[in-house]
Formats: sequence, C-alpha cells, structure tokens
Amino acid sequence: MRTETDKFHPEFHSEDAGYCHLVDRIADVWGPRTPHERETNWPVRVDQQLADGLGESDVDRWVQSACVLCSNGCGCDIAVKDGRIVGVRGRADDLVNRGRLGPKGLYGSWQAHRKDRLIRPLIRRSGELVETDWDTAMREVVHRSQQLLAEAGPLSHGFYTSGQLFLEEYYTLGVIGKAGIGTPHMDGNTRLCTATAAASLKETFGADGQPACHADIDLCDALFLFGHNMAATQTVMWARVLDRIAGPDRPQVVVVDPRSTPTAEAADVHLAPLPGTNLALMNGLVRALIERGWIDEEYISAHTLGFEKLKTAVEPYTPEHVASICRISPTDLLRAAEIFGTSQRVLSTVLQGFYQSHQATAASCQVNNLHLLRGLIGKPGSGVLQMNGQPTAQNTRETGADGDLPGFRNWDNPEHVEQLARLWNVDPLTIPHWAPPTHAMQIWRYAEQGTIKFLWISATNPAVSLPELSRIREILRKEDLFVVAQDAFSTETTELADVVLPAALWGEKQGTFTNLSRVVHLSEQAVEPPGEARSDLDIFLDYAYRMGFQNRDGDPLITWKDAEGAFDAWRECSRGRPCDYSDITYERLRAGSGIPWGGERLYVDGVFPTTADYCEDYGHDLLTGAQTTPTDYKAERPDGRAFLKAAEYTPASEQPSDEYPFLGTTGRTVYHFHTRTKTKRAPELQKAAPEPWVEMSAADAARLALADGDVVRVESERGGVEVPVRIGRCRDGVVFLPFHYGFQAANELTPTEWDPVSKQPLFKISAVRIRKV
Amino acid sequence: MHLATYLGLLHTSLRTLAEAFREVAKGHGEEPDVQRTCEVLAARIDGQVSKLAPIVERYGEHREPEPERLHTAEFDQTRSGGVGLLRDLQDLYALSSFTDITWTVVGQAAQGLRDKELMDVVSSCEQDTARQLAWLKTRIKQSAPQALIAARG
Ligand code: SF4
Repeated sequence: MRTETDKFHPEFHSEDAGYCHLVDRIADVWGPRTPHERETNWPVRVDQQLADGLGESDVDRWVQSACVLCSNGCGCDIAVKDGRIVGVRGRADDLVNRGRLGPKGLYGSWQAHRKDRLIRPLIRRSGELVETDWDTAMREVVHRSQQLLAEAGPLSHGFYTSGQLFLEEYYTLGVIGKAGIGTPHMDGNTRLCTATAAASLKETFGADGQPACHADIDLCDALFLFGHNMAATQTVMWARVLDRIAGPDRPQVVVVDPRSTPTAEAADVHLAPLPGTNLALMNGLVRALIERGWIDEEYISAHTLGFEKLKTAVEPYTPEHVASICRISPTDLLRAAEIFGTSQRVLSTVLQGFYQSHQATAASCQVNNLHLLRGLIGKPGSGVLQMNGQPTAQNTRETGADGDLPGFRNWDNPEHVEQLARLWNVDPLTIPHWAPPTHAMQIWRYAEQGTIKFLWISATNPAVSLPELSRIREILRKEDLFVVAQDAFSTETTELADVVLPAALWGEKQGTFTNLSRVVHLSEQAVEPPGEARSDLDIFLDYAYRMGFQNRDGDPLITWKDAEGAFDAWRECSRGRPCDYSDITYERLRAGSGIPWGGERLYVDGVFPTTADYCEDYGHDLLTGAQTTPTDYKAERPDGRAFLKAAEYTPASEQPSDEYPFLGTTGRTVYHFHTRTKTKRAPELQKAAPEPWVEMSAADAARLALADGDVVRVESERGGVEVPVRIGRCRDGVVFLPFHYGFQAANELTPTEWDPVSKQPLFKISAVRIRKV
Repeated sequence: MHLATYLGLLHTSLRTLAEAFREVAKGHGEEPDVQRTCEVLAARIDGQVSKLAPIVERYGEHREPEPERLHTAEFDQTRSGGVGLLRDLQDLYALSSFTDITWTVVGQAAQGLRDKELMDVVSSCEQDTARQLAWLKTRIKQSAPQALIAARG
C-alpha cells in the first residue's frame, strides 16, 4: 500500500530498515533505540499497529492525520478497511516523530471508536436521560439559551471546553461566545493543563508561543526537565531524548521532580524538591548563575528588562537556604546550575510538576529567565518549551476558546478589540473586554452561586478531572443550572447533564491542530461517525444558525460551513499576529507532514512581542496576580525586550500536619490519557493499568507496616479514596496518585486553589493521611 | 516634631489593615483566591510593621486615642454573596489607600530629614501598598459585572 508519504520519501516505502511493525509498546514503551550524534537527523523508525489478523495488504486506504493523545502531536496515517478504522502508522517524514508512535497512539487512538459510543442525543425527562432526535435536543438547547439571554443577559451563559477539539471547532466556539452571545465566561479544561505555559510565556515574552522546537533535542548539550516526567507524558519525545543519550556525545540531563521516575533515572542530576517549593529552587538556580557570572551581559542589556530587580529578588536564595526549604543537597543545586551555566546549548521543558503546583507561573517564569540570562533562546539547540499537556491545547489558547481574545489579542487593548469587531463586523461593545476572561474555576463558582445558569461542556469530563469532585457533582446537579454535555462517550459528566449531544471522534471528522512546538497538522476524516453522532464543529454551527447570530448588517455572523472554511476564517483572524497562520493552508498541510507557525524557532533575532500595541498581555504581579495597567506597562518601554520577572517564595497553604502528615501529589501513567475516556477502551492499555493506586517510599511504607498491594485509605480534609499501595520511588513524606480514574478518584483529595496569575488549579499538593483498611 | 504623630497613625493603620485582610480571608473562604491572596498580603503588611519598628524607635510615636477614620468594626462581620464580596474588597481598598497616602506623607518627611534609612523603608512599603491596591482593583473589576448584573434577588 502506498501513501502520500511515499511520494516525498521514496526511501520509506519499502519494508526495510527502520520499519518496526511487530511492536509491543506496552512492555517496551519507548521502542528500540536509534542512537545518533549531535547535529545529525533523528533516524526514521516507523511504528504501526493493525487490528488482529490484518496485514498491510488488507488496508483499503491510509488517511493523513496526527495523534491526539498528548501534546506531542505525532504525525500518523489512519488505516481504513470497509469504512472502519483498523489501525495506525507513524508518518516517516513527519518532523515531530519521524515515524514513531507510543503506546497511547498505537493502541489508544483508534480502538475506542466502536465501543459504547453515544449515538443519539439524550434529553432529561422527569429526571431521566432518554433518547431523542437532534431537532428536539437542539430546540431545547436554543430555547433555554434564548430564554436566559432575554431574562438575565449574556452573563448567564458559560462554556467549558477542552484541549482535545480541533482548531476550527474552538475558533467557531470562540466567535459564538464573544460576538454571538457576548459572554466572558468561556474556558477550556486547558486551564488545568497548560494555562501556566501560556501565562509564563505572556509574562516573559509578551505573548504565548513556544520559542523552541523538537529538533532542538537533536542539537542540545544539556536538557533540563522541570516538573516534566517526559518518559510518561510524551513517550515519543522521550524516545528522541533516549536516542541522544544512547548516542556518542550525549547531552547532560537535569530533572526536577519529587519522584524518582524513569525520566529522573536517566538524569545526571536529579533534584527532588518538596512539593510546593519550586520557586525557591528556581530562585536559587537564577542566583547561582548570576553569582558565578554565567550570564551574557550583552544579551541581557540589549534584549531584557528588569535585571537589577531580579538580582535583588533572588539574592536571599543561597544554596544553603534553598536546600533547607526544598530539602535537597546544595551541592546538587550548584551542579545543576553549573550544567546550565556552562553548556553551550541548553533546552528546557516545563510541565505539570511546575504548572499544577504552588507559585506555578512565578516558578515557570524563572525557567525563561535562566535562558534569557544566558541569551540561550531562539538559537539551534537552545530554548524553552513551556509544554502543553493536551494535544490541541495550543489551539484553545490561540483561538480564544480559553476566554482570551483570538489571535493572542490583548483584551485590555481597545485597538485589538476594534480589530476583532471589524473582522466580525460587530459592535466592539458586544465583545467582552472589561476584565480578563472568566477562568474555569470561577465559571464553576458562578454556576455554584447561581449566576451562570446555562453551562455548555464540550469534550471534557469535569466530574473526574476537576478538584474537589463532590462539589463539582453538586453543581452539575443543581436545579437552576441547565447543562449541555457534548461528548463521544457517556461519562461521569454526561450522566448529570440536561441535554447530551453525541459527538464525532478524531478520524470521524476533519480539522487541524497544533502541538507543543507550534507544529500544525491536518487530520482528515477517515470514516463516518457512528449513528447520529456529529462533529463538534457541525454542532456549534447548528447552534449558531438556530440562534440566528447576526453581524451589524443583519447577515449571519458565522459564514463558514465546514472545517476548511473555518480554518480560512481563522487564517484571516490570525494575520499579523504572533500566531500568524495566514500562509498555512489545507493544501500545504496535505502536501507535507507538519508545518510550524512562526518558523522553526521564535525570537531568533532576540526581538520579543512586547511592544505595547502588539503584546498579548500587559502582565501581572507574580505574587498576587494584580494586573499591570496599560499606563504602567507603556512607561516601562519594553519595545521588544523580554521581561525578567521575579517573585519571592512563600510557603504553600497546604502543609503536612500531625493529622495529615503526608504531602499527596497527582500525575499520570504512561498508559492512560486524561480521564481514560479513550484509553480504557483499548484492551492493551486497560490491562497495563486497570485501576488506581497510591505510591509511597519504602521507608514510609515500613513505618506504617504496609506491604505492596495492601489496600489503604488515603484521606485529606476534603475526601478520601481506597486504593492498593505500590512501594515506589517517592521521596519520604510524599505520596503519589494517578489522576485518570473516575472511581476512587485522586481529585477527591485535592483542594480548590489556583495560581494567582495563570489560574491553574493546584493538583500537586494536598496534605493527606494514610491508614490500612 | 509631628512626625511621631504620623508614625503612630501609620502604625495603627497598618495593624488595622492587616487585621482587615485577615478578616476578609476568613469570611470569604469560598473564594479561594481571595482567601489566599488576602493572607499573603496580610503577612506582608506585618512585614511593613516590622520595618517601621526601628524608625519608631528613633523618632518615637504618638498614637491618637482613636484614629477616627479607621473603623475596624466594619470587618468584624464580612458580607456574603457576590455583592458582599465586592463591598468587602472595596472597604479594603479604602483602608489600603489610607495607608498609601500616609506612607506618602511620611516619605516627604523622610526627604526633608534626609533620612536615607526611612526613605528606603518608605519606598519598599509604597511598592508593597501599590501591589495591594493593584490586586484589589483587579479583583474588584473582575467581580463587578457578575455581581451587579447577573445576580438576582
Ligand atoms: S507521544 Fe503522544 S502524540 Fe505521539 S503517539 Fe504517543 S500519545 Fe500520540
């Protein structure tokens, strides 16, 4: 079978070297090594998985796509036979994965499609959800929506979306929310996974956008992973790192993580700070760099603002002081600083260990600062990836489905609001811009207080993924809250909705999405959705049509009818902004395999999007989240220079006590994604990790007289779960729970608290106690 | 010298302000960000009080029996609901503005006295107070539309 791929890389169409068909990516998560040296291309290795008993010759068609089970966005082709998806294969020429796929991609991406899908709309009648037709369901939604708009106005409406839809769907939703209804209450569950990535990029560089690229892994001399268990979260990206580590001139690896993970085991230096102390550690690293003179003064004076303030702010963070706060060795801290300070090319990645913890944005900004201090940004092998968690989270942020204005526009800049009003031909006053958009946790709070009465949830399962679940379930059950849930499967959330809309999955619809290194992929429709399921785009378009949203001339507000039309509208919207898609078309995406917006790397010239009329945000005080006013921002004359922002470390409010002596932290397993909606339907993945557990150190287990497999009750002030113990590699005093499971859910334990700047909830730190049951 | 009177006023108003932030934190636990930030800001105001201590030692302080404009009693009982939160934050804003302008007055005196130490204290505390005001304004702007328009009854 030949694919589009073959046209461009004839060397890949044979079954010879580099092909790796018989894979057991459960036992061997990262696959066989293909070592290479610095500045050589990452070798191709094509991974493929077909349904049992099928060979390549049985496949009717291969359809271009990319995997949507993590933010790496590996290019793949979907195998179709008799109108059904029967497997996947990595795309050899893709710049992200060069043919590889990990366990979730191989097993989880396609096997869920035919299992327990929602195939008809549901509507609540006398307390029960019953099947209905689309017209009845949509009429009910529109009726409630119009009634509330008339009675209570736009602020009665809230939208809670996902990090897993396509760009076209988010943009359409964004326009509906901002120009159709005019509500600031829109956010994605991306608030839980990548809000801090966006916030730290805006604070430092003036706009969102990952400076580095995947190829920097092939080029770097040192790799720093801050709170990022890459081996579990982005397995193919980690395979790329392992191939450098196995090569002749391996980069030095530094990992910051309170657990001893496979990522940490590969490290030259592993720093395991107590949960909640990241900022102290980072201030210590910044201080060490300055003190040792491992900084590029020319770069600092030409391209940054705030060096003196930063220097003063980090002054108290001597290695000994940091060591006492974080309980790490001062020698290790200095060793890490030395690797950062003396390696020629440094790549850093940051993820949930920072984003979902105390002082998230402030700590993540310090990673940016380390790079700015050495001028190691926008250069081959050097830069920062403030990682995304979910596959399409980048698009939630770009298009404004997270509440921001589309195209990284600044809500506090009237000219940016004008631009959108002109583009959409609406009154600028319709577009909510009197305050920052309402973040997810606040949307739920308004629903709890009864001022949001209409909540539309798309492609996400908040009844498992949000903190303090008992509260979330109570809100969803409220009589005066009308809940629309749009999903491909029945979930803990759809069970509580008033109307359930069955949605198409990846492979059943067309659209684009952008990965953690700004690489855009087109995912084509391979098969028809089951039953009456529709694409999320079609559902939003139907709602817009039925609501009769109009522009100033009385014409329909939304003029597009399909994915490509939505994408073209988005290209116009993004034109001239930092995330400019205007030269990316479906045609070009089809012709290659992944195109980054903004070029391979951002900030090659050291010019940052901080000019006052261009920046996405005027920034915040990192300690409290207080906004910088436009006047104050302009007075600083950033004019293309990046901000070296700082904050002092303050102890987290959750601290271990006599009653709750352990610090509980949550995270992922390599085999599941999010709340397992898809991965639990892949037998291989489900078998590998069927149920939740709690991981603790051998010493702690011994103290509580616990053996591997003993069932314990883990309790915080908010709730408890009963799970078996795994004696693992946590540091003493810290226990770990995976968050994917809807039963015995880790989020029963977590507090409702969030970072002051990014508003990302803190999942990484709850005081808990443990007893045997 | 009337500086002692102003130092006394400052001292009392800072204590009142810290107390008020703590009351609001306690009364609005359902708004976790308000609770947390008010606690952080209260702790920083305590820090301002300690920075003031050596200055007070040098110049003395004269405390008026009851600074008439500071009614701490208001904060014994925080309000509830969206509008209640708004009002409490607004009261904090008024108190915080009072300390802000008091620092300004003391700062002018410091310049006149060419007291470098006092000038430094004033400048760092003024920044801190600006941060309080900026946060309060941010949070008030965020809450106002929902509280005033969307809430019924
Ligand atoms: S690394 Fe991520 S994108 Fe790539 S195959 Fe695995 S889950 Fe899919």
